[in-house]
Amino acid sequence: MNMTSFLQDKRLTIALKGEIDHHSAKETMRIIGNKIDLYLPMVCVLDFRDVTFMDSSGIAIVIHAIRRMRELRGVVRVENVPPQPMKVLKASGMERIVVIEERSMAHEV
Amino acid sequence: MKCENQMELTFPSQSRNEGFARAAVAAFAAQLDPNLDEIGDIKTAVSEAVTNCIVHAYRDTIGVISLKCRILPGNVLDIIVKDKGCGIADVTQARTPMYSTGGDDRSGMGFTIMESFMTELKVTSSVGRGTTVHMKRRIIRRGEKT
Repeated sequence: MNMTSFLQDKRLTIALKGEIDHHSAKETMRIIGNKIDLYLPMVCVLDFRDVTFMDSSGIAIVIHAIRRMRELRGVVRVENVPPQPMKVLKASGMERIVVIEERSMAHEV
Repeated sequence: MKCENQMELTFPSQSRNEGFARAAVAAFAAQLDPNLDEIGDIKTAVSEAVTNCIVHAYRDTIGVISLKCRILPGNVLDIIVKDKGCGIADVTQARTPMYSTGGDDRSGMGFTIMESFMTELKVTSSVGRGTTVHMKRRIIRRGEKT
């Protein structure tokens, strides 16, 4: 799992890339946690634009980020989610606890 | 039931094989001409079943995972994921959404995802002997697709 991130106005955007499964989940959670601890943002955006596959391990990653951000009284947003990860997030009822924004068709090649 | 084609794989319960298993099943399923949505569902369900073997069945050890796929009449993909690990004492409880005996990197949604993404899901388990997850997914033929 490759990740890039940038901070602007207390808004930390972490762009995830590749496949999210149990094999990569623990390391991904650790890196996201470290970035939140380092930058102390008010909003943490998990950008899923380049996520090519996600199973339920991705749900644990989002929940982990929500918990860390709640400690800072901040929020998580999940943005640019492609159809397959979106289906997994919806099946798990994640829309009830976090703002999730689908990837718009403008990004489709 | 007459089987039109089949494949069988065995591999050790190393987490790096999660990606291999779902890619192998997706490649086998390609002959049913699934769309991207259907392939995504199948890969997700296989990933969940194989991850359960790695995280739960063989929690502190490396064991063998057996994966069998068949094409059944009616454009049905039949998938069996089998382990000889610790088994599940209470399958009904294990299938409850958000229930997990794994660490905080597990969401407890594995069986829920398998159930909602596949046409059929059957789980049989025996403590100390292992677990079998049997899933079926009917692939809509191209002419039937909307």
